[in-house]
Amino acid sequence: MKYMIICVETAEDFAKRNDPVQAGPYWNSWSAYSEAVAKAGIFVSGAGLAPPEMGTTVRMRDGKRLVQDGPYSDAKEQLGGFFVIDVPDLDTALSWAARCPGAAYARVEVRPVLQMGD
Amino acid sequence: MSDHQAQAAVDRVARESYGRLVAYLASRSRDIAAAEDALADAFGLALRHWPKEGLPRTPEAWLLTAARRQLGKSERHARVVRRNEAELTRHIEEALEAMTHGEDGMADERLKLLFVCAHPAIAADAQTPLMLQTVIGLDAARIARAFVVPPATMSQRLVRAKARIRDTGIRFAIPDTPELPARLDAVLQAIYAAFSAGWDALDGDAGGELSDDAIWLGRTLVQLMPQQTEALSLLALMLHCHARRAARRREGAFVPLAAQDTALWDDGLIAEADGLLVMASRGEGFGRFQCEAAIQSVHAARKATGRVDAAALETLYAALVRLAPTIGAQVAAAAACRDEARGLAMLDGVASETISAYQPYHAVRADLLARLGRGAEARHAYEKAAALALDPAVRQFLLARMTQA
Repeated sequence: MKYMIICVETAEDFAKRNDPVQAGPYWNSWSAYSEAVAKAGIFVSGAGLAPPEMGTTVRMRDGKRLVQDGPYSDAKEQLGGFFVIDVPDLDTALSWAARCPGAAYARVEVRPVLQMGD
Repeated sequence: MSDHQAQAAVDRVARESYGRLVAYLASRSRDIAAAEDALADAFGLALRHWPKEGLPRTPEAWLLTAARRQLGKSERHARVVRRNEAELTRHIEEALEAMTHGEDGMADERLKLLFVCAHPAIAADAQTPLMLQTVIGLDAARIARAFVVPPATMSQRLVRAKARIRDTGIRFAIPDTPELPARLDAVLQAIYAAFSAGWDALDGDAGGELSDDAIWLGRTLVQLMPQQTEALSLLALMLHCHARRAARRREGAFVPLAAQDTALWDDGLIAEADGLLVMASRGEGFGRFQCEAAIQSVHAARKATGRVDAAALETLYAALVRLAPTIGAQVAAAAACRDEARGLAMLDGVASETISAYQPYHAVRADLLARLGRGAEARHAYEKAAALALDPAVRQFLLARMTQA
């Protein structure tokens, strides 16, 4: 089954990316994790995302396009990145999610990817 | 054997076989609802026919054959067909094949099912009901009655949990060693929750039978994991409590443990419980359920010795508070204190936000105060406890104590 490992981070977490002290360990942990996922042969896709303030939201209302700066919600925690992995079951996916650096300082959600055409 | 007993025995075999088959099919498809749907008609037939015609020689093969015959017939099976009849039929064929020609017979997957039911990804309030329904075939309406929840709510909760198991792909497996203790503890807690729900219900109430069902689950777990000391201990704990069932009420009035007539305690169950505890003591460590069962064993010894070893109780309760610092353990430890002032001090140490609605806290406090001769404070605490008691017999008992304090 395919699962998305969804990493949600707070503003402080996002700030680590450019913090002179924390940036090194932050990026190292993520690249080590990506490498482990790739090596295990379970990687389907994945990406890190720019911080939420780089988001632009768009809605279509009455045929008009409404564009707004900022993310889709003003929640304290925002999507920071994701992996899609292909593993036999939820328990394996949870083990991989637990190893994800985000699990140690933020929260990680695991959700099955819908299988189309079933 | 009376007709009633014979019927109960047949009923049990039918449920046991049903549970094995649900576990077998679900462990292969991860689809508990489909497995239940496929077996439901066959199970219904068994419950009707077996008491009259006697048990078939191989109950599980009978059920599977009946299920195979029913596939594609009823409306319920139309739902199964839409899911994946081919796969289900293949699993049924495999099970029949293993039963008739396999060396070890059909694999018993109930342990895996127990772990799935108590998986941390399943809502806490669905875990125990799910076990009762899938492992021993209790119907949702009866489970709803036992947990004092509207039947529709309980059905929905169960349907949701099964959909979650199927759609999130929860693994049907015995957890790996590092996770096993925590996962096993969840299974034990879920079984104990069923027992407690039955225990709190009065005899004759719908929930009362649930204690028997919980003991059955406990026996199943011990049979499947005979080396696990906590599984042995949980069963011992439940049996010790169960042994005192007949002594808990006298003409409808609540009788506290210390005042119970030990002649009414069941010797067979006490002996079995103590035997399980001896087996558990050969294992490593000393777990929460082992401690609780040991406490009950100390109480049970009063039947043979005529006295209660208060020092042993105090030590065991202190150990229990360390092993499982729940409010229940803390309050019970305070009650077991031979020094009332120390007991009161222990109660004062219990987090205040948890005690306002916790009846035993106030009952124990009242008791300790009464023993210290602090009548006015004791009466006030008894009044609080009585107001919180859900069981009218317990309320009466507390109010009677109040007038004596």
